Amino acid sequence: MAARGRREGRGLSDEARAAWLLLAPGLAAVAILFLVPIAAAFLLSLTDFDIYALGDARNVRFIGLRNYATLLADPLLWKALRNTAVFLFLGGPLTLGVALAAALLLHSPLARAKGFFRTVYFAPYVTTLVAVAVVFRYLYHPRFGLIDRGLALLGIAPIDWLGDPRWAMPAIVLLAVWKNFGYATILLVAGLQAIPESLYEAARIDGAGAWQTFRRVTLPMLAPTLVFLGVITTIGYFQFFAEPYVMTDGGKPLNATLSVGLLMYKSGFRWWNMGYAAAVAFVLFTLVLAMTAVQLLLARRRDA
Amino acid sequence: MSRTARGLVRNAALLVGAALALTPLFWMVSASFMRPGEASGFPPPWLPSRPILGNYRDLFTRLSIGRALANSLILSVGATLGVLLVDSMAGYAFAKLRFRGRDRLFGLLLAALVIPAPVAMLPLFLMLRAAGLVNTYVGAALPSLAGIIGIFLVRQFALSIPDELLEAARLEGASELAIYRRIVLPLLRPVLATLAIITFLATWNDFVWPLVILTDDSRYTLPVALAGLVGEHSADIELMMAGAVLTVLPVLILFLLLQRQYVSGIMIGSVKE
Repeated sequence: MAARGRREGRGLSDEARAAWLLLAPGLAAVAILFLVPIAAAFLLSLTDFDIYALGDARNVRFIGLRNYATLLADPLLWKALRNTAVFLFLGGPLTLGVALAAALLLHSPLARAKGFFRTVYFAPYVTTLVAVAVVFRYLYHPRFGLIDRGLALLGIAPIDWLGDPRWAMPAIVLLAVWKNFGYATILLVAGLQAIPESLYEAARIDGAGAWQTFRRVTLPMLAPTLVFLGVITTIGYFQFFAEPYVMTDGGKPLNATLSVGLLMYKSGFRWWNMGYAAAVAFVLFTLVLAMTAVQLLLARRRDA
Repeated sequence: MSRTARGLVRNAALLVGAALALTPLFWMVSASFMRPGEASGFPPPWLPSRPILGNYRDLFTRLSIGRALANSLILSVGATLGVLLVDSMAGYAFAKLRFRGRDRLFGLLLAALVIPAPVAMLPLFLMLRAAGLVNTYVGAALPSLAGIIGIFLVRQFALSIPDELLEAARLEGASELAIYRRIVLPLLRPVLATLAIITFLATWNDFVWPLVILTDDSRYTLPVALAGLVGEHSADIELMMAGAVLTVLPVLILFLLLQRQYVSGIMIGSVKE
């Protein structure tokens, strides 16, 4: 609730002055280190800023939307967008699905040692992405990797996970699911605990079965948590970068794992086409905003 | 199905999940103690035939990983201290002090949370380059200070500080800054512990920004150094696993020690309508 500042004839109250003083470092940091660079990124995307401009800023020229025109005609962008879409639409639902299953198991009154399992499931989430990507790089090895060895027990022929363009993205998705499902699990368990017992009671009296109770009580009550997780996962997965950087040496095979974030990094910091890279960044920005807006709109429509 | 049978199935499923979650980490630790070449034998062994420390010794002597370990530590501690100071002040001001436009400003900050941070990266690099901060700890740590989540965490917690406490101090003539330092800061301790571990882990695990801003390998953090090693020594699996252990172990231990604080922070962070 916004309480009006106490008006004292002229100027700010002591309280308001203190507030601005305390806010100054934080707001300055957000403005200078985040908001100004975002705006500058847009301006940068309208220039031909490259390695020559890095040497001497007089070499920068304003070229309007030409970066965007080049970018939209660049097959690498479309490749990266397709890979990012796979990551998002395969990895997102898979992560939340696994998390929901784990949360339901953990919430069951029949489950033992809940604290232990919760800690174990959450542990991958706090690990360093680069380090576990290195580990998975070897786990996916077709000859001595544990994953193909496990599949062999089921009679499945070895898959060259990271060397085969068809399997490289699914491999990266599996790493993301392994690493992130624990975070969603923790939040979903909290969501399940917040559902009042009386709702289950009522469902039981109405003669609802397990599946109906899940559909009519559990899922709707979890909806806010699921929407939050959907938004967070989308924003995070859109930016995937370290996995292909470490596991597939920057997008191999045949750019089958090139991501938008990786394309931006390579354009900007490897080839020093920073104007072009900024255009890539803005395509990413626009898509993230659009996806977030769509999810929130869908959630609102459902509530109405 | 009887209740006992259902209980068995569920606990078995939980155990399978735990095995899947832990196997990669277990194999990482196990392979890090194997002799060079042992992990790529066929069939791949689960445990070293005779555990050795040679891979770790190699990392510290030949590949000077100790330097990267120190860099990671310096950077993570520095960023954490900075974030604690900045966010405790801002979070308290948003929660308890009255000034015009407060709620609108806070709403704007929250809205900015949906902006993907990498978009800021290119201009930020150019700005810090102009300021001579490329390849410095300060340059690597600065963007952490622009974290909005931390301000949000502190604010949510500070809302529970009773106004009467602050009013009483004002009546006794305490200055606003003295109130922040002597009354508010001690009360914020639980949320600051939470914020500290979250920031420490995030900085420790961060990859893309250190990769961009740290150009000299004497300044590399562990993840950047490890990614570089993979490029050169990708065939030395056992060595790579030792590097992965060194990178992951500190955060894993910290998490196990301070699990409650960490998880509570994640909970607060998720209840923003």
